Amino acid sequence: MMQVRTVEIWVGVFVAAGLAALFMLAMQVSNLTVVGDDQGYTIKARFENISGLKVRSPVTVAGVRVGRVTAIDFDPQTFQAVVSMRIGAAYNQLPLDTSAAVLTSGLVGEKYVGLEPGGDMDVLQDGGEITLTQSTLVLEQMIGKFLFDKAESGKE
Amino acid sequence: MLDWLAQLGRHGLSFFERLGRGHLLLLALLRGVPGLLLRPLLVVQQVYAIGVLSLLIIVVSGVFVGMVLGLQLYNTLVDFGAEASLGPVIALTLVRELGPVVTALLFAGRAGSALTAEIGLMKATEQLSGMEMMAVDPVKRVLAPRFLGGFIAMPLLAAIFSLVGVYGGYFVGVGLLGVDEGSYWSQMQSMVDFDDDVMNGVIKSLVFGVVVTWIAVFEGNDAVPTSEGVSRATTRTVVHSSLAVLGLDFVLTALMFGVD
Repeated sequence: MMQVRTVEIWVGVFVAAGLAALFMLAMQVSNLTVVGDDQGYTIKARFENISGLKVRSPVTVAGVRVGRVTAIDFDPQTFQAVVSMRIGAAYNQLPLDTSAAVLTSGLVGEKYVGLEPGGDMDVLQDGGEITLTQSTLVLEQMIGKFLFDKAESGKE
Repeated sequence: MLDWLAQLGRHGLSFFERLGRGHLLLLALLRGVPGLLLRPLLVVQQVYAIGVLSLLIIVVSGVFVGMVLGLQLYNTLVDFGAEASLGPVIALTLVRELGPVVTALLFAGRAGSALTAEIGLMKATEQLSGMEMMAVDPVKRVLAPRFLGGFIAMPLLAAIFSLVGVYGGYFVGVGLLGVDEGSYWSQMQSMVDFDDDVMNGVIKSLVFGVVVTWIAVFEGNDAVPTSEGVSRATTRTVVHSSLAVLGLDFVLTALMFGVD
């Protein structure tokens, strides 16, 4: 029989390693908490069509992730989608006339919101709204349009 | 004909008797668990025997399972230009399924068989009856600590397996095959959910831990006290607990992820 103390130390190491693994799975693999999102500000944008965008989708400027989508609502008056985004506090220099677009990473990749800064001197505040928006490109509509154009030009 | 029917009936009855004894033992084990809070050293020793000594096989299998996943999935995904999805696919496979299931199968082979053999031999050499003669309840002194030890060790082993597997896949995917490191981790983080994926994996491994140690302890306690009986009981432990793990895994998966 091994010394009781050695056994206890090994069990302690084992339990600590197991809990550390679980913690790592939470932080590294599933990204339980989004660091820095607590100190940030929320802005809104209205889109005609956001098909495929989800809560927690990334918000990027120039390809750098600056925040995440926190809520997606439907406005029954205008029939538009209202996307709320939490932007990190470090990125508080976005001009008032920033435009937003729902983009796709790769041809079939995940959807994200891309922000394109404008030239205004004033910056977006907490609760501010982006007015210039561009909807997602729906592949089916594009193909439909393309086929329609082809058929039209074939007639002449 | 009548003989055949009688034999069928005898088998059926003995099957239900064993099932009943198993459940009675489970109740006795659960009743014995609170008493262990006063004697934690008994449990610590079992966590050492069941958990720490299983670490080597768990870590080595985890690394290689992760590496093989990385290699196979990369070769499939690269045809679709989707090798950036390697991270989430490996992580989801490991956290949801392979982590708990493979760990439970290895656990049954490594720790379950050892438990059964140990308890069976204690029974064969009449140590358990000896304890009873000294008014020491063998369920509380011998069986319950092993049961609780397995219950504690199994989820920890499964978590270690999953994490090591993710790094094994990272080593092959990013290190050898040249998947972008940033997309490996960031896609993984955006696709894997803590509650839906990681916690469901932990719940699975808890259930498997209970089932495997329960079967192992029961088979040991129920073994015919001869060397042949102990060897049969050990075999039954590995076979039955592996089958139970695989069957339960389907049920749990259907409950957690499937058929809404």
